[in-house]
Amino acid sequence: MINQSPFRAPSIETATRFIQADDAVLLTEDGVYGAQSGQKHSDLIKNAMANNDVYVLGPDVKARGLEGKLLDGIKTVDYEGFVDLVEKHNVNTWL
Amino acid sequence: MTEEIEDDEVVKKIMHIIRRAPHGTIYSYEALETVLIMAAYDQDVSMAFIDDGVYTLKKDQDTSELEIKGYMKTFTALDDYDVEKLYVDRQSLEERGLTEDDLIVDVEVLDSAAIGKLMGEQDTIIPN
Repeated sequence: MINQSPFRAPSIETATRFIQADDAVLLTEDGVYGAQSGQKHSDLIKNAMANNDVYVLGPDVKARGLEGKLLDGIKTVDYEGFVDLVEKHNVNTWL
Repeated sequence: MTEEIEDDEVVKKIMHIIRRAPHGTIYSYEALETVLIMAAYDQDVSMAFIDDGVYTLKKDQDTSELEIKGYMKTFTALDDYDVEKLYVDRQSLEERGLTEDDLIVDVEVLDSAAIGKLMGEQDTIIPN
């Protein structure tokens, strides 16, 4: 789970370096900027999606006007989906 | 009546991840305090130093002119609290021009795959 913009902190770059086979990535808050297509750091999430599921929290995407601007293959979850992911995985938060 | 404490004891694997430099914010210091508290409860505590967190372990830090108490020496005492699992991310170290010899304590320098695997084995991971 990552909540930092890739322009502000290396959290997405670092977190994805430690990713394991069954892990999923959830971008929340400013972390959702990392899932925007056509920005400087788009490859970080594109590369993660090659082997792992990447989710964004819908309300955070909507709040930032990024609907329709996300990379292909990004999965959007609502708050219930967020809880499901937390139940399913060992949570590792990258602030 | 004496209680059988042993039956209730649960040892959890808890990893603290240090990703910030030591003096600009209080996060790394707070992490160290938390580690010491958890160690007192005999938990299986480890620390992973990643990104600027590796600067926390740099030798020769002298905060006297900042007029704050340095906490680097506490790392050398972790051994006494049976906190021996200190992992350092090799890439973070190399990116900052540091080697194991620059660090104040003995650590295990590991690549991201090895640290990622350890993360997967934890009951709880605490970000800092």
